[in-house]
This record gives sequence, C-alpha cells and structure tokens, in this order.
Amino acid sequence: MADQNSVESMSLAINAAKESAMSAIKNTADLAGLRALSADLNKKDSPLNSFKSEMGKLSSVDDKRSIGQLLNAAAGEIAAALETRTREFADNEIAARIEQESLDLTEFLVQRRRGHSHIVTQATQRLEDVFIGLGFQIAEGPEVETDFHNFEALNMPKSHPARSEFDTMFLEYGEPNSVLLRTHTSPVQIRVMKSWKPPIYAIMPGRVFRRDTPDATHMPVFHQIEGLVIDRGITFAHLAGTIEAFTKAFFGNEFTSRLRPSFFPFTEPSAEFDIRRADGEWIELGGCGMVHPNVLISGGIDPEEFSGFAFGFGIDRMAKERHKVEDIREMYTNDLRFLRQF
Amino acid sequence: MKILNSWLNDFGSFGTDAEKLAEAMTSLGLAVESVTTVGTPVKGVVVAKVLRTERHPDAEKVHRVYVDAGDGKELHVWCGAFNMKSGDLIPLATLGTTMPDGRVITARGILGIESHGMLCSGTELGLTADADGILILPNNFKLGTDVFKALGIEQDRVFDLDVTRNRPDCNGYLGVARDLGARLGVKVAVPSGDKAKKGLARTLKVTIADKKRCARYNMTVMSGVEVGDSPSWIARRLANCGMRPINNVVDASNLVMLELNQPTHAFDADKVNNGFKIRCARAGETLLTLDGQVRTLQTDDLLICDGKDNAIGLAGVMGGASTEISKQTKTVALETAWFESSGVAKTATRLGLKSEASMRFERGVDPYGVDHAVSRFAALLRESCPNLVVHGGAADVKEKTLPPKQKVVALRVAQVNRILGPKLSAKAISAMLAKIGFVTKSTSSAKLATLKIAVPSWRPDCETEIDLVEEVARHYGYENLGKIVPQSTMHGRLSPLQQRRRDIREVVLSMGLSEAMPNPFLAPGDLVKAGLPEDNAIRLANPLVYEESVLRTSLRPGLLKAVSFNISHRASKISLFELGHVYPSGSENSPEGLPDEYESLCLFAAGETSSLALDWWSQISSVMGFGAQLDQSSVEPGYHPKRSATLRRGKQVLGCVGEIDPRVLAQNQINTSVACLELNLSVLLAESPRIATAKAVSRFPRSDFDLAFTVPNSQSAGAVMKALRQAGGSELVDLELFDVYRGAGLPDNSRSLTFRLCLQASDRTLTDAEVTAIRQKCLDAAAKLGALLRN
Repeated sequence: MADQNSVESMSLAINAAKESAMSAIKNTADLAGLRALSADLNKKDSPLNSFKSEMGKLSSVDDKRSIGQLLNAAAGEIAAALETRTREFADNEIAARIEQESLDLTEFLVQRRRGHSHIVTQATQRLEDVFIGLGFQIAEGPEVETDFHNFEALNMPKSHPARSEFDTMFLEYGEPNSVLLRTHTSPVQIRVMKSWKPPIYAIMPGRVFRRDTPDATHMPVFHQIEGLVIDRGITFAHLAGTIEAFTKAFFGNEFTSRLRPSFFPFTEPSAEFDIRRADGEWIELGGCGMVHPNVLISGGIDPEEFSGFAFGFGIDRMAKERHKVEDIREMYTNDLRFLRQF
Repeated sequence: MKILNSWLNDFGSFGTDAEKLAEAMTSLGLAVESVTTVGTPVKGVVVAKVLRTERHPDAEKVHRVYVDAGDGKELHVWCGAFNMKSGDLIPLATLGTTMPDGRVITARGILGIESHGMLCSGTELGLTADADGILILPNNFKLGTDVFKALGIEQDRVFDLDVTRNRPDCNGYLGVARDLGARLGVKVAVPSGDKAKKGLARTLKVTIADKKRCARYNMTVMSGVEVGDSPSWIARRLANCGMRPINNVVDASNLVMLELNQPTHAFDADKVNNGFKIRCARAGETLLTLDGQVRTLQTDDLLICDGKDNAIGLAGVMGGASTEISKQTKTVALETAWFESSGVAKTATRLGLKSEASMRFERGVDPYGVDHAVSRFAALLRESCPNLVVHGGAADVKEKTLPPKQKVVALRVAQVNRILGPKLSAKAISAMLAKIGFVTKSTSSAKLATLKIAVPSWRPDCETEIDLVEEVARHYGYENLGKIVPQSTMHGRLSPLQQRRRDIREVVLSMGLSEAMPNPFLAPGDLVKAGLPEDNAIRLANPLVYEESVLRTSLRPGLLKAVSFNISHRASKISLFELGHVYPSGSENSPEGLPDEYESLCLFAAGETSSLALDWWSQISSVMGFGAQLDQSSVEPGYHPKRSATLRRGKQVLGCVGEIDPRVLAQNQINTSVACLELNLSVLLAESPRIATAKAVSRFPRSDFDLAFTVPNSQSAGAVMKALRQAGGSELVDLELFDVYRGAGLPDNSRSLTFRLCLQASDRTLTDAEVTAIRQKCLDAAAKLGALLRN
C-alpha cells in the first residue's frame, strides 16, 4: 500500500515538476534565458531528473514501468516545448530584423538609367535587322570619297548633267574637285562589287552629305540606306518582291508597295517606290532600279552573266516620322531633353 | 511641266477624268505632283463699264470708280487699283458675291461712303497667276453678262508633272500626249500648222561658224505683224501653265514651245543687220540681254550675231535687247534651231540664266521638229495678225553634226526578259514600242531574236539596249512585272566586326550615356579650342557657311559643344557619346588619295573624373575581351596632362582615357571637370577577340592575404601591380588593389596602397612554407620599386 501511495504521490510530483518546467519555459523572456533554463532542466539533479533515482527505489516492475513512461513523456513534452520556444524566439528575432530593415524603395527610383540611342541609330539598326532576316549582309564604305566612286563609276561621267543635282561638297584635298563628301551611299555599291564578287545581297547604311541649307525637312548631313543584289537571273520582279517583303517586314503586314517609273543615271529601268498605308495614302519612300550595265562594268562584273538591282532611301525621315518629330533639325541639337525621350 | 486638261485634249480625246489621267501619267513615270482646279466660275461677277473715276481728298490709296453694270444705273465702287480709264470694261463682283477666297462682297465702304460691289483682278477671280491691277475685258463684251460666260471659261484642271531628265520630249504637250495615248489607246494628233500660202521669198543669210554647238538653224521671215495682246485663250493657256503673257509674238513662241518642246526666238527683222552668224563669243565680249543686264561672255558661250558680227542673242538662253520685239515691230525673223545641249547648260549655269528655253535645249529637243514648229508659230500668230505673210526662201542650215533622223538600236528579246522577268514575245515587244513611235526595222532569226528598233528623233535619251528595255517596262506597266522575293544565296548576318560594334554600343548605353550626333563640320578654330592641332584638318572647298568649313579630325570638339550647350540649358548628369567617322588628312601616297578616315568612339561625362573614364574602359575592354596598357607618360593634346593616359596595345594606340584639359574646358565655357574616353574603333574592332580556352577549376584551397605598402607618388600603382604579378607567378591567381590611402602617418609625397593577393595551385594544397616564400618574393619585388611594407 505504501508502494501504491508512493507511486501515486510520485506521479503527482512528476506532473507538478513538469508543469512548473513548462510554465518556466513559457515565461522565459529571451533566448538566453531559455538556454539557461534548458541547461537547468537537463541537470542531473533537476526536479524531474531526480525522480529517476526515486524510481529505482520502487519494487514493482509495473510501477517502475509506469513511472518510467510518465518521466519519458514529461521529458519529451519539455524538450518539444523548449524547441518550439526556441523557434519562436528565432522567428521573432528574424521578424524584428526584417521590420528593422524596412526600406522605402521609391527612394531608389531613377538612380541610374540606361542611356539613349539616337533615333537615327535606332532606325538604322531596325532596318539592318529586317534585311538580315531577308538574307542580306551589311557593307560599309568611307564618307570621304573619290569622284570616281561617287559619280564616274555610277554612270555619271565628268560632264554628266545629273551631277549638278547632287549639290556636292568638295574638299580642299588632292586635285580640285577630285575628293568629296559622298552625296549618297551608292559609291559603296562599287566597293562591294569589287571586293565581294557576286552573288551579292548587301545593304549599305551610312552618312551622306549635300550642300543643302538646313530646314525643317533637310539637313546637309543625313543618312541613307542602300541595297544591292547581284546574282544570276535577277529580274525587275525580284526588285519589286524585295521592296514588298521589306515593306511588310518593316512597316507591317497592312502596308503594301508600288514601283513607278523614274530616272537615275545608275539604274535602268529606274523606279520610285511608294508604300501605301492601311488608310490608303501613298507615301514616297525612295528610289530603285535594275543596276545599269555600265555600273556593273565599273564594278568589274559582266552584265551579260549577272544582273541585279539596287534601292535606297533616307533614314532620318523614317526616324522623324516614327517619332513625330516636327523639325528634323531638332534631331541634331544634341539636347539631352530631346535625346532622353527615346 | 504644267499640263492643262483642256489643252491636252487638243492632242487627242483624253477626256476629263482627272484621277484616271493622273494615275496613267504617274504609272508612265510622269509623276503628277499636284492637280489643281482652275477657272471655277464665280457667280455674281458681271461685265461693267467704267463711266468715270474720281479721287477723294481723304483717301490716298483708293479712288472712286463709277460704273454701269448694264442697267443704265450709275454704281459707285471704291477701288485700290488705278489701271482703268473711262470706257474700259471690267469685271464687277456684285453685292452678295462669294469670292474664291471666301470673302462675301458687302456694301461696307470707307469714310462713310458705301461701295456697291468690287472691281476684280484676274488673280482674285482665279483666272491668272499674278495680278496686274483690275482685269480689263475685251471691248465687245455685253454689259451685265456673266464675266466667265463672256470669257468662255470653263472649269479646267492643271496637272503639275515632274518630268525626269531622261524624258526631254515630255517638256512639251506632244510628248506627254504620245505616251498617254499609247497607254490609254487614244489616237494622238499634232496641232495643225499654218495653211496660208507662202509669200514672196525673203531670205536672211545664215552662217554657222560653230557646227558642233549649232547643227541646225532655221530663219523664217514673217511680215504683216501687228504687235498687241494675244487672244484671251492663248493668254489664259500660258497663264495657267505658269507663263506670263507678254505680247502676241512672244506668246505664240512660248505656246509653240509648250506644245512641241521646241523653243523659238523672234527677232525684230528690221533691227537685224544683214543676216545671222552663229559663233562662240570672244573673251570679254558683252551683250545686253532682254532682261536689261549686260552679260560678259567667255569663249565657250555661243552667240547669235548679225551679219556685221555684232552679238544679238545668247544662243538657246536669252535674246538680246537690241533686236527685241516692240509695239512697232512689223516684220519678225523667227529663229528655230537645234543647239548642242551641254554647251547651253554650261552658259546658262555660269550666267545663272536658267530659262524655259535653255532648260529645253539642255535636256534635248527634236532636231526634226523645226519645220512644224515654224508653221505652228505662224498659225498661232495669224489668230491676231490676219495680214501675216510667211515668206518663202527661209534659211534652214543643217550641219553634219545634226543627230540622225532615226537611230537604230539592237534589242534582244532574251535580254528584255532576262532583265524584266516575264516572257514577252518579239511581236509583243514590237507592238508596244510601235505605239510610242519606235519602229521595228527587222527581226533576225527567231531563235536569236534581235529586233532592230528605229528610235524617233524626239527621244535623244534612248541610245542603248537597256534604254529600250526600260521603254518596254514602262509601257508593259511596272505593276504587271510581278513581285518575287529572291532566295538570297548569302546568309544574312552582322559581320563579327559589326556585331562587336553593336556590343560596344550596348555597353556604353547601359553605362547611362546617350548618343549625340554633332555636326562633323567645324568652324575654323574649333579644333584649337579643343586643344587639337588644325594643320591636319581638311577644309571644304565650297562650305555652306564659314562656321562649317572644317572637317573634324576628332569627335571631341563636337562633344565639347554639346556638353557646353546642355550645361547652358542646365541639364543634369550630362553624359554623352558619339560613334562616328573623323577625317584627318592622310599621307600623300594613300592608295586612293583619300584622307586617313577612321571610325571613332568618344564618351564624355560632365562633373566626372578619370576614375569613371577608366571604369568605362574596363567595361568596354571586358566586352571586347582584351585590355590595354595605360601610358601616362604621353597624352594626346587636349587631355588633362596629369589625369589622363594613352591606351596602348603593343605598338598600337587604342585611344585615350582621362579628363579634358582644364584650359580646354575654360575655352568652351565648361565649369566642371569632364571625364573622357576616346577609342579608335577602326583599330579596336579590327582586333579579333581571343577565344578563351577552358582551364580546370582548382579543387584545392586558396590562401588570401593583404599587403599594404607605402609607395612614393612617383611610382605608379600599375607598376607595383605588375611587379607583384610577376613575383607571384602562376600561383597568384587574383590580385586586387582595394585601398588607396593618403594622409596622416605617411611620409610626404607618398601614399598607401593595399593589395589583396590570392594564391592557389591547380594540383595541390599550398603549404605554409610555399605561401611564405611567394609572399616574400612579392615583398622583395615591391621593395625594388620603393614600395615598403607598412606595419
């Protein structure tokens, strides 16, 4: 009976010790306190642990087992409570740190921005990409040119009347009137014919110069892009097809193109090409034509074996219209307030 | 060239569907720039007679005109033009008339006196291009009738054509009509010539001294001329085509020119002394031209002289004043000639005398259109001169230099199809060309079909096979030739160089710089203001303005202007770049005789220092995959001498990095430092980046340690780094300068540099002894440069 009593009183005492530990865990204020408490609870002579030796004094195996189970359960509960409480503290600590780290991100808006590519460059790259998609490569040439490349090789010999239409700027360099600022990108055609040899599928973007007083739609320094295709069996239909493909790829599927007869010394038959917007309005875009046999000969290509076409148009105007710039001179003021818009 | 719809219909039944006509002309290459409506009647304008005119003492600029509009009542009108006299018939816009400009005529006058209508000028009624006061109407008009009805004016359209250089024939109605007739299936007739019998022979002797420049000269004498105004229909046609009516003789000449593209010139025969001689001018010879100017001539100006060798006209360009048609002229000597085109062009250009006639001779006129032009002139003049006598015995000198009546050009059918695309037959081609007067002379064997095409004399532009191919294309219709996208036999791509250029652009943009495009033309002195020499700069021979007469040799002057401009507009964070060509003069023996043009990239940031410029360089250098040595011993002019460096790669100079010279900044009104990086892209992009070979990543631990040195200012950090790197050998896998300190605790003229070194072997863990040995080597190497380890 004495055993029975002692088992019961032991059980009560174990529960009481457990409750006291649990409440101590609950009431601990910080992680350091919890660590100290945990150390205390794990001491050999801690209230709960002391029951282990008490348990040894019990005679009944059953009693030993039941008290043992009770002790284990209490130890397990306390360990779990300690862990939960530890995690709680850790979570709180992180939450507090997070709270403390609070940032107003709007303070960091527009600290450092990407620069702005000039709208003429943007247009040039878009054009280049479209033609690359059509199987073209890009050729380049000098901006200061010889009379030969700019005129003579393009079927405009010295006395040719069309020369006067180009408003050429000559340089005080070499023989008088022999070195000039190219008036169009066409001299690159001759350079490409000579260095690449056919087949040629090339575009030639670049800066050109005319002795033109600047106004809202003209600059003496501006940009053109020129295309040249030379291969066996190239016909006028291929020219029209290329212009159409370009029109749709660059401006959109709702656009269409037409060619109408015109005159350029370096192409024959020559044409102007227009594009039609969805609203039906025709916009004049540029000039084109089948490469004149004399030009092929200048480029060292046999006009009986190869044929080809060329086309060209202004880039500045495209940029101007795309971004609705009122006055083309605005594009060349280098005013950051203008440049940063695009 | 202005084409009046009603006049065009004199050449064939083209109808009045302006839209259809404009479309046909455009598709033939006669681009219609505009279509304007003329002669729209204004309701309420009647024929009135001037009864008398009167001044008012308080009105200076207007006077009072009393008119009768047919009902016998006297109406009072204020008028600002003074060209009418009593008895003149004039157009009166009655009260309530809406004028073409939208004005409604009311009775409101001035000085409290009402105005019962408005007297009208030709311009106000949309009848003529320019106003010469109030329009004076023919005397036989009935008072009170509608002016437009009385004038027989109906609504008409004017097509303004942009005639290209290769279509001289279309500077006349006949050429336009021929092309249009072929396209629309309209039969074209040449306007009729003079049908009257020729008068007695009157020959003025013609001598051509310069047979190259003048190959045909017809001189026809016409007497019984009464000089006066042209019939109104002639005046109106000329006015609608942008030419001012002058008198019946000049107007007839102009009308013929517009119709047939054949300029003629009428001399007062009584003022011409003893025939004509056509020769080139003597140097310094002068001529008083019709416009009242004395022209000083050169030996390549072609002159019309009289029989006494006195100059009386500038051939193909302008007549002389001494033989001008006047009111007293009774006999006309009509010149109808063919002058060589480039000669006329040269004279007209040099004298700044571009006339309707010179433009036509420049482009080319039909050498065989002369006879009909003479006859047509007579027919037109006869309308106002019923007693006109065209004398027989006209001189008509034709030289061997005159182009042939027909030029035969071979045209291969296969060539037409090879260039154009569709499979056209010889027959179809012949038929198409026949419609515009190109006659097929013969066809060779069917297999190698070559057509022999006779080109008419009015098409001097058609000389070779390809010219005929173009004619076939035009008349077949460009829109019918099809659209085929060619299969490119190349691969579309950017070249590696172009790809690298785009990569560099991307890096520059991502660093926050915006792209400027300054003018490549500089003012003299701009280069000097940028600290650069000017002796290697090329000047423009014909600049637009003096301030834009020097070609840039560097991008810096342009960017300096751009920065200065933006500073003056108070922009913040000014960072700009340009990628463009510069054109310093080249060596004399450059292969093509061209300057040393190259592509340059220049980056500017205001308010920044060389450390930013170096950051730019390291970004660009890492995208390019190669670096450069910084050489501070020699710096390009215009850079801060103590804060800049030349970027060298082997023997090549890649560019310059640093800051702009403060003296340059001051000259350009820039009050803050400017960081600058300038690269020669032609050199930089030509270098192909090395393709990196993979190395196994070391699996062994690394040993890091720092070394802080006291280094004299005269010794560069770069040199110390180089020494450390060499001393560290292959085990030194990373070296970084991470702190520079100047200040207390250091000897004068020196600073502290702290490096972090990282040692690691690829095949083993380095022992303490090895690390110590390498560290010592590094210390020794640094010490040799005067860099002493700090404690």
